Amino acid sequence: MIEIRSVRKTFGPLEVLKGISLDVNKGELLCLIGASGSGKSTLLQCINGLEPIQGGEIIVDGVSVHDPKTNINTLRRKLGIVFQQYNAFPHLTALENVALAPRVVAKRSRSDARALAQKHLDHVGLGAKAGSLPSKLSGGQQQRLAIARALAMEPTYMLFDEVTSALDPELVGEVLETMRLLKAEGMTMVVVTHDISFARESADRVAFLHQGEVCEIGTAAEVIDRPQQPQTQKFLRRERQASLDMLERTVA
Amino acid sequence: MQFQFAQQGLTWHDTYFLAEGLLNTLELAASATVVGTIGGVVLGWVRTVSVTARVATTPIVDILRSVPMIIQLILANSFLSLAGFSTSPFIFGTVALGAWMAAVTAEVVRAGLLSVPPQYGKSARSLGMNRRQELVYISLPLAFRTALAPWINLVLSLIKDSALAGVIGYVDYMRATQTLITRTHETWVLLLGAGFLYFIICYPVSKYSRRLERKIAV
Ligand SMILES: Nc1ncnc2c1ncn2[C@@H]1O[C@H](COP(=O)(O)OP(=O)(O)OP(=O)(O)O)[C@@H](O)[C@H]1O
Ligand SMILES: [Mg+2]
Repeated sequence: MIEIRSVRKTFGPLEVLKGISLDVNKGELLCLIGASGSGKSTLLQCINGLEPIQGGEIIVDGVSVHDPKTNINTLRRKLGIVFQQYNAFPHLTALENVALAPRVVAKRSRSDARALAQKHLDHVGLGAKAGSLPSKLSGGQQQRLAIARALAMEPTYMLFDEVTSALDPELVGEVLETMRLLKAEGMTMVVVTHDISFARESADRVAFLHQGEVCEIGTAAEVIDRPQQPQTQKFLRRERQASLDMLERTVA
Repeated sequence: MQFQFAQQGLTWHDTYFLAEGLLNTLELAASATVVGTIGGVVLGWVRTVSVTARVATTPIVDILRSVPMIIQLILANSFLSLAGFSTSPFIFGTVALGAWMAAVTAEVVRAGLLSVPPQYGKSARSLGMNRRQELVYISLPLAFRTALAPWINLVLSLIKDSALAGVIGYVDYMRATQTLITRTHETWVLLLGAGFLYFIICYPVSKYSRRLERKIAV
C-alpha cells in the first residue's frame, strides 16, 4: 500500500503540492487526472523519491520514502516508473536495456538477467526486437520497452506518467493494451493520463488534482460521470471538447 | 652530440638513429595520451559535478589550454632546473604533454557529460541504480560517444606537439631529423620523410576512430 500523507512540495517560491493525502491500495488502478501544471508528474516523482518533499510523508509498504535512513535504491525496486518521454538507454539493445538493472542492481547473473529480460520483452510483445537499438524502434515500441524494463525489477507498484502523450495516435492503442494486460494480472498501478476514456473504462478510482490539491476522488463512475466539484466539471468539459476537436481534425 | 662528423652524407646507420627517434616519439605520445586522458576524465567529471572544483581548477586549465606548448616546455624546464630538480626528458615530456592533454580532455569530457540528456540519469535512478552505477553504465558510455571525435583530434594534436619535446633534450623523431640535417644538409629529404612519418602515425588513428564512431553510433 502507498500512503501519501499531507505532502507538500515546493520549487523555490512555487508551491506545487499543497498538502496531498491519498492512498493507493494493493491491486487497484488509480488514475490521476488534472490540468497541465496541477502537479501530477511531480507527485509521481515524489512517490519514488526522485524529488524531495518539504512536508508530510509518503509510506510504501510501511517504509517512509523520504526518511534519510531509508535505502532509497532498495525501495525503488518496488516502484517501477515509466515517463512521458521515451527514455530507453540509446546505446543498449532492447534486451540489454531490460537486463541491465536486474544484473547490476538486483545482482542476478548475466545469463539469468538476459533470460528474465527476454521473458519481459515477450510479455510486452517485443520478443522479436531483443537485438534492436531503441533508435530502430517506433515510439510505441520504445514505451513498451520502458514498461518491460521497469517490470524486470519485479516491482509491486507501477507508476505511469502520461506514457501515451508523446505518441502518434495510431501507436497509442498498443501501449494502452499493455497496460490493460498488467491490470488484468493484478498489478497495482498509478496512472497519470489525459485520456479520459481510458480512465473511465480501466480505473478503479480516479483522483482529480487541481492546483496541487486533491479536488475530488472516487470511483471512475463517480468522478467522471457525476463530478461533484465545479472545477472537475469544468476540466472534464474542456477535455471532452479537446478530444472532440482532435477527432474532427483526424477525420477531416 | 652523437654525430659530430662534418658534412657527411646519409648512411644506413642513420636509419637506425631515426628508428630510435620514431620509437621515442611513439612512446612519449602514448604515455602522455594515457596519463592525460585518465587525468582528463577525472578532472572533467569533477569539474562537471562540483562548482567549487570548477572554479578552483579553471585558471590552470585556461593557462594550459592557451599558452603555446613550446613556451610551456621551455619555461617549465628552466624553472625545474633552477629549482635543482632533474628528471629524465621522457618523464618530463610525459608530465608536460600529459598536463596539457588532461586540461583539454577535461573540457571534452565535461561537454560530453553535459550532452547526456538528464532523463536517462533519471531513468537509471528510478531503476534503483546508485550514482556510481548510473555514471558507469549510462552517463560515461553516452558521453564517450559525443567526446570520441573531439578527443581523437586532441590525440592527433598531441602526437604532433610531441615533436617539440626536442627543446627539453628528448631525442624524438623530429629532434633526430634536425640532428641529421645539421650534419648532412639533406634538408628536403629528411623533412619530407619526417612529415610523411607523422602522417603515417596520425592517419590510422583518425581512420580507426571513424570506424569506431560508426560502430558505436546509437
Ligand atoms: N524541476 C522543476 N523546477 C521548477 N519548477 C518545476 C519543476 N518541475 C515542475 N515544476 C513546476 O511545477 C508545476 C507542476 O508541474 P508538473 O510537471 O507536476 O505538472 P503536471 O500536472 O504533470 O502537468 P502536465 O500535465 O503538463 O504534465 C508546474 O508549474 C511546473 O512548472
Ligand atoms: Mg506531467
